[in-house]
Amino acid sequence: MAQYLFSVLDDTADSGTEDEMVAIRAFNKQLQADGHWIFAGGLAAPSTATVVDGRAGEPVFTDGPYLESKEFMAGFWVLEIPDLDVALRLAAGASKSCNRRVEVRPLLEG
Amino acid sequence: MTGVGEVITRVHREEWARVVATLTRRFGDLDLAEEMAAEAFATAVERWPVDGVPPNPGGWLTTTAHRRGIDRVRRETRRDEKHREALMLSEPTEPLGAIDDDRLRLVFTCCHPALAVETRVALTLRLVGGLTVPEIARAFLVQEAAMGRRITRAKEKIKAARIPYRVPSRDDLPARVTGVLAVLFLIFNEGYLSSDPAQEAVRADLTAEAIRLTRLVRELMPADGEVAGLLALMLLTEARRAARVSAGGELVALGEQDRGAWDRKLIAEGHALVRERLASGRAPGRFQILAAVNAVHTDAPDVRDTDWSQVLALYDQLVRLDPSPIVRLNRAVAVAELDGPAVALAQIDGLPLEGYHAFHATRAELLRRLGRSEQSRAAYDRAIALAGNTAETAYLTRRRDQLGRV
Repeated sequence: MAQYLFSVLDDTADSGTEDEMVAIRAFNKQLQADGHWIFAGGLAAPSTATVVDGRAGEPVFTDGPYLESKEFMAGFWVLEIPDLDVALRLAAGASKSCNRRVEVRPLLEG
Repeated sequence: MTGVGEVITRVHREEWARVVATLTRRFGDLDLAEEMAAEAFATAVERWPVDGVPPNPGGWLTTTAHRRGIDRVRRETRRDEKHREALMLSEPTEPLGAIDDDRLRLVFTCCHPALAVETRVALTLRLVGGLTVPEIARAFLVQEAAMGRRITRAKEKIKAARIPYRVPSRDDLPARVTGVLAVLFLIFNEGYLSSDPAQEAVRADLTAEAIRLTRLVRELMPADGEVAGLLALMLLTEARRAARVSAGGELVALGEQDRGAWDRKLIAEGHALVRERLASGRAPGRFQILAAVNAVHTDAPDVRDTDWSQVLALYDQLVRLDPSPIVRLNRAVAVAELDGPAVALAQIDGLPLEGYHAFHATRAELLRRLGRSEQSRAAYDRAIALAGNTAETAYLTRRRDQLGRV
């Protein structure tokens, strides 16, 4: 088994609508029933982010996201999936349920 | 010596995919499989002229590559005893069927939809076709180093993202077969009419490679109608190759081709495949219909014998399946033969194909037949500006310059 990160790509300010939330909950239930579920969550707006640099001496705090871009990660799933064929099929369902595009990336093993 | 050289070339063509495919399954690593297969062939080049060609060359190559692979894994995983033992498989002798499945797995992995299209083409030519990286780079006018990186990155992605080494599930299969055929057709088309003015107009090496790979896929999936259709389409197109470009390097239109120069053997094989699909009674897909269109053309001893109503009926069928502007454009060529150029022109005017050279070339021919010379000239000008193929540019230029100045 491998683990994959599904990132929800968004470029609008409005978070999930009621319909989208219903669809996401149903999708999550199925993921749990099928044994794929590890963890998932929605993220607050990029403007709520703080970047911390603690590499040298006193940590430096920067208000806002590390990258100013039109698109940002609005939520994510971390799932247990045997291979990319299955991952792509699940990601199609994920994209449909949250009504956003989804990026699929494998986690490094070990 | 030359005898052995020829044998090695032939064995390379016939056995490369099988060796890579078998090793990939045994070691679970495409990169290793490719490298060990290449080493095994290099060893054959050294040894066979001295020791003689072994009775079962394919088996010899697989065994040699497998042993090299085990040596490599031993060296690299000395610290990881468990991992090493897991890979220390004996040399199993599978029945032929299982090995053939491996080659099919290899084809589907190379044509995986998570890879960019140009990457699928390169990977298929390298791992299934056995072309070298410099050969593939030359074929697509890409720097050798860049092509090498593209293939390396693809293998890394296959490994890290876990693109599975298997024939897709039944749900995924139709779309995935379509994807494989698209890759093969792309290779063929680049050879059929090179899009690059710096290349030869017709690239016989690429069309031959595409046909060889399609024959392999046909062998592995004999029941698939579209696989048969694509092979028939390629054969019936390839059959006309010698007649398609004049001695002066100009493209020769279908109606003007020397039909005596068509390859009768390829035509017979293509026709047999088309008949096989007709006899199946199954609804044909896109490639089967296009193959049937080409069967009608290659069936006519003279262009005047062409059964245009049959061609039109086939395009009507294709439009229902794929109502794209390009299909409508090709259909209009048959319409022009049956109902005249004015009807055909009315059908293609307004198609959203402004950037497609064949659209302007078709319009130019229809306008010429209608006596609208100035408009025809303008359409030729646009077609010439957009066409990348040298032989086609030469043909279009001559046709344009035949128009009289008023």
